[in-house]
Amino acid sequence: MNSKQVNRGIAPEGIPGPGFFATTFDRVIGLARKNSIWPLPFATSCCGIEFMATMGAHYDLARFGSERLSFSPRQADLLMVMGTIAKKMAPVVQQVYVQMAEPRWVLAVGACASSGGIFDTYSVLQGIDRVVPVDVYVPGCPPRPEQIIDGFMKIQELVGNESIRRRNSPEYRQLLKNYGI
Amino acid sequence: MESAKAIIETLHAKFSPGILKVDHSSDMPVVTVESSIIHDLIRFLKEEPAMGFSFLTTLCGIHYPDDPLPLGVVYHFHNLEKNLRIRIRTFVPSEDPQLPTVTDLFSAANWMEREAYDFYGIVFTGHPNLKRILNVEYLDYFPMRKEYPLEDPTREDKDDRYFGR
Repeated sequence: MNSKQVNRGIAPEGIPGPGFFATTFDRVIGLARKNSIWPLPFATSCCGIEFMATMGAHYDLARFGSERLSFSPRQADLLMVMGTIAKKMAPVVQQVYVQMAEPRWVLAVGACASSGGIFDTYSVLQGIDRVVPVDVYVPGCPPRPEQIIDGFMKIQELVGNESIRRRNSPEYRQLLKNYGI
Repeated sequence: MESAKAIIETLHAKFSPGILKVDHSSDMPVVTVESSIIHDLIRFLKEEPAMGFSFLTTLCGIHYPDDPLPLGVVYHFHNLEKNLRIRIRTFVPSEDPQLPTVTDLFSAANWMEREAYDFYGIVFTGHPNLKRILNVEYLDYFPMRKEYPLEDPTREDKDDRYFGR
């Protein structure tokens, strides 16, 4: 067996040749982006505890190129909202989202962030998609780290396949406008 | 227990027509009083040496929608020297729920009265900063009053049939 065997990721579609590989900007930028997502953890309750396990050595989110958590929204690519968001907290979530630079993605982790969960009450926001657009929802109360990783890989899939022009499209502008952003 | 009885007797002697009901059946004496005498009575409880209720344990709102005076406030006091406790209740109409503040007697009442205002809409006249303390500022109702649903009123995706409503 060849001891120098290395595992390679799957190359994007393109034209290979001796000493060169031609592909589109979309593909190569997507490949770079999806393997270096800097998440901003917005952890407010028990889903945040599950996220701590996800970040820890056992589940190890760093395997997906995300060992560098960004605690400043300015440098973050992915907003991970984990936990119950009270109505009083909603403008804070939106402000954090607004402070993030494009392109940005949002992962709603757990029942509360996705829909308000069991807290169908006057004081709790019934899902963060009322204040910011959400890309992937992770169900569970709280979800296990495997589920959070699965949600994260779904985000990677979106990031890898996104057209670099998407953020300039009128549909995307309209989406943000609907949220008053 | 003797001193508790003596305290009730003293209160009767001083505030008799304003004291509506005294109940000894629970863990501490429960005195229901007219809202007009509440401030004088609390001052007496605090400042009279024979009373000595120097500590306001808690203060909260309450709502009995079927009663003639539906909105109320319950005060718990503690005499730290004799380890005596007393509970004072008073009720006001829901149209114009006004009570005098006790922040001049107990600074601790400041946030508690704001909370009672936030959830029940009881207006404490003379309070230095009576505004919502826990709920969002734009909330346009008092959520713990029984006439309002506890559920989030903005949801459209719930079918009442599946929730027993």
